[in-house]
Amino acid sequence: MKMRLLSRKATCNTHGQDSSYFLGWQEYEKNPYDEVLNPKGIIQMGLAENQLSFDFLESWLAKNPDVAAFKRDGKSIFPELALFQDYHGLPAFKKALVDFMAEIRGNKVTFDPNHIVLTAGATSANETLMFCLAEPGEAFLLPTPYYPGFDRDLKWRPGVEIVPIQCTSSNNFQITEAALQQAYQEAEKRNLRVKGVLVTNPSNPLGTTMSRNELNLLIDFISDKDMHLISDEIYSGTVFSSPGFVSVMEILNENNSLKDQVWDRVHVVYSLSKDLGLPGFRVGAIYSNNDTVIDAARKMSSFGVVSSQTQYLLSAMLSDKKFTRNYITQNQKRLKRRQRMLISGLQKAGISCLESNAGLFCWVDMRHLLQSNTFEAEMELWKKIVYDVRLNISPGSSCHCTEPGWFRVCFANMSEQTLELAMKRLKAFVVELTANGCSQSRTEFSSWNSKRKSLPKWVFRLSSRDREQEEP
Amino acid sequence: MLSRKASCDSHGQDSSYFLGWQEYEKNPYHTVHNPTGIIQMGLAENQLSFDLIESWLRRNPDIVGLKRDGESAFRELALFQDYHGLPVFKNELVDFMAKIRGNRIIFASNKLVLTAGATPANETLMFCLAEPGEAFLLPTPYYPGFDRDLKWRTGVEIVPIHCSSSNGFRITSSALERAYQQAQKLNLNVKGVLVTNPSNPLGITMNRAELNHLIDFAIDKNIHIVSDEIYSGTVFDSPKFVSIMELAMERELYNADIWNRIHIVYSLSKDLGVPGFRVGMIYSNNETVVDTATKMSSFGLVSSQTQFLLASILSDKKFTEKYMKETQRRLKKRREMLVSGLRNAGIQCLISNAGLFCWVDMRHLLTSDTFEAEKELWKRIVCEVGLNISAGSSCHCSEPGWFRICFANMSQETLQVAMQRMKAFTDSSNSAVSQQQFVNNTRARSLTKWVFQLSSYESEPHR
Repeated sequence: MKMRLLSRKATCNTHGQDSSYFLGWQEYEKNPYDEVLNPKGIIQMGLAENQLSFDFLESWLAKNPDVAAFKRDGKSIFPELALFQDYHGLPAFKKALVDFMAEIRGNKVTFDPNHIVLTAGATSANETLMFCLAEPGEAFLLPTPYYPGFDRDLKWRPGVEIVPIQCTSSNNFQITEAALQQAYQEAEKRNLRVKGVLVTNPSNPLGTTMSRNELNLLIDFISDKDMHLISDEIYSGTVFSSPGFVSVMEILNENNSLKDQVWDRVHVVYSLSKDLGLPGFRVGAIYSNNDTVIDAARKMSSFGVVSSQTQYLLSAMLSDKKFTRNYITQNQKRLKRRQRMLISGLQKAGISCLESNAGLFCWVDMRHLLQSNTFEAEMELWKKIVYDVRLNISPGSSCHCTEPGWFRVCFANMSEQTLELAMKRLKAFVVELTANGCSQSRTEFSSWNSKRKSLPKWVFRLSSRDREQEEP
Repeated sequence: MLSRKASCDSHGQDSSYFLGWQEYEKNPYHTVHNPTGIIQMGLAENQLSFDLIESWLRRNPDIVGLKRDGESAFRELALFQDYHGLPVFKNELVDFMAKIRGNRIIFASNKLVLTAGATPANETLMFCLAEPGEAFLLPTPYYPGFDRDLKWRTGVEIVPIHCSSSNGFRITSSALERAYQQAQKLNLNVKGVLVTNPSNPLGITMNRAELNHLIDFAIDKNIHIVSDEIYSGTVFDSPKFVSIMELAMERELYNADIWNRIHIVYSLSKDLGVPGFRVGMIYSNNETVVDTATKMSSFGLVSSQTQFLLASILSDKKFTEKYMKETQRRLKKRREMLVSGLRNAGIQCLISNAGLFCWVDMRHLLTSDTFEAEKELWKRIVCEVGLNISAGSSCHCSEPGWFRICFANMSQETLQVAMQRMKAFTDSSNSAVSQQQFVNNTRARSLTKWVFQLSSYESEPHR
């Protein structure tokens, strides 16, 4: 019998990386915009990064050089840190992190550092929770549209299935009881045992915080069906306007009887990648009141422990309460401003967005620009926007949206000037589109020479940074 | 409610390997605060050369501040989460890996995948190479962590290749065959062999005969070879380290199928003594494996802050050369200390030339040739003698009475205290009335010639 050389995981496509979400990135990589060197290149608007508040972090680092230098009270603690691989995590860091999480929630919730597990990013956290909560072949329900990365993070190695909870524009994509039940029945029809619901709150790609109503619905649902709830709150620090952020933990705190029933089945995922803009440092966390989950997740975190060098640096930074308080406020202000810029720029192009109060992106309605109400038409439009308008945005279909025509457009990962340029291009495109009716004249695809590496000597170079006007 | 993985014990962390750690945690030795506490000798850490790195850091203050050539790299690093890894870091790593192998091989950085330590590297390779329920063969004794790393979430089985003291625990063709047949008997599809070279817990480098047997075997059975070379930089004595890749090249196998089935795992945790920084990697000539492993590394990327720091250190070639030579010199001295201290206590070790530990023969101290007796002895050593050492059974050794004792994770003084305690223990054991002595069988006696250490004691200069 001929044996397979590699595992099925290695040779299949369940890593999900053939989706357009990643293809857009690839196109961008071949022809990246640069204000000076490649002004006609593709502007990256598909990357949910927060590049707006580095100056705060940099100035803190400049004022506290010892921390990065592995010093504590003037003494080198390099050996101690170099050796520290305990998957329980650096106690000072866990304390600082849970305090930070509480602060983001207006201190309406407190977290116990003994119930937090550190992981190398939220990617690792979500996968680990799947390994802990579900067998291969079991399922989790996810409201659509959702972050395309989940197709890889939740399904690939744990073998878990995702069954969508279809949300629609008719009620601003909010989760309804009917949608939950429908999803559950769909799973049953497919003979899938549902182990829980996973939501992202605030939502990616919607940019909205979940309402209390939705949260209560969810809790009732998981209580009734005896399943888990994972709340990925990676964007919790990016809420910049009302209504404020309500964490599922807050709801549980408010309702004691509910709390008793589902206390050990609600788990929160967090990360510093979006709030602090530090995706490269790989800091994620799982929070749960379920001791067995925490115990198992902690052991599994061996497969993705956070660098002690990074834990130490961030424990010092997050322990500086004056700094964190100021950072949270200022960061949110800047995000709000950017979101307004994007919204008004889109408005000028006759494009509207879902009203949002969080996140690093807007959920944009381009249904009126489709040639037909189909996903094929959405792909057509998307390709035009990537190749002709030269904006890499994310099509709703890659987020499993049930309605064609919606796109996620990021606003916090480029300079103000670049955002303005993007809006100009978009406006020009729409004008031309509507002027020409069904046919569009193609602009020349810029033949950017791929010989030029998109990476300078050793790191990505950013387009010129934007200096925000506020006081740090 | 929870998955089987979350509620079962196959994470392996109830083995004595971890229980000894727990005892130590309750009563840890400290020269001043707790001089009668348990001395940790179960931790394979390299603590001997931090002074060298610390002095490098003092000479290069900009690097920790995330500056290079006066310019801040903070933003770029903060955003850098590309699973292809920081290019400069990978370039330095392949150079470093080549240097460890005497530059007899060249590695290409595009075949290197970075992971948060060797732990995820090994797990990832299992995910890439085997289905749940399939098996890898591992020579015993092996690192207890493999029971978790290779099996837990991947569902892969481990079938042991039994090695014995009769030939210094070397891997033989017949042992390989026997293991393969055992797997067949258990209805397990064997996907490969995983070896640790230099070996943990033996502390020896694989010789050419073993490497050749391994390659022949893998060719014959059409299976993979994973060579965990995490200790490759700790080779402090002859014979020099020969990587499986080197042998494969010598045999001109680069156009053969087997070339795509040889994978190396490496890490900076042992050589540079930085396990906390979580730097591991997979090296493979198999494009699909590299591609898949790269995507899987999303679940355990190396912090960009750490990549930057270590790239800078490794780029200082003068420093790394001096560092490696000095570290190896210090390791060798430490090993001498342990070996002679044990010999003083009437205990012998497997002759070793690498690693951060010795494989110690205490069979003569067992009350019977059983694992129960080994457990008894181990408990006495942990609780009465106050040394946390690792029992051979936790490493799946097929013969009772062997222990792994680390020598690079404590100060010289502490090691001396440990040796004194050991001598006191064996002295008192010898004088005990009606103590059943375990009689060495002929096999054990024939070992003396080439298994037991006969080097003379060298006095340690003060650092």
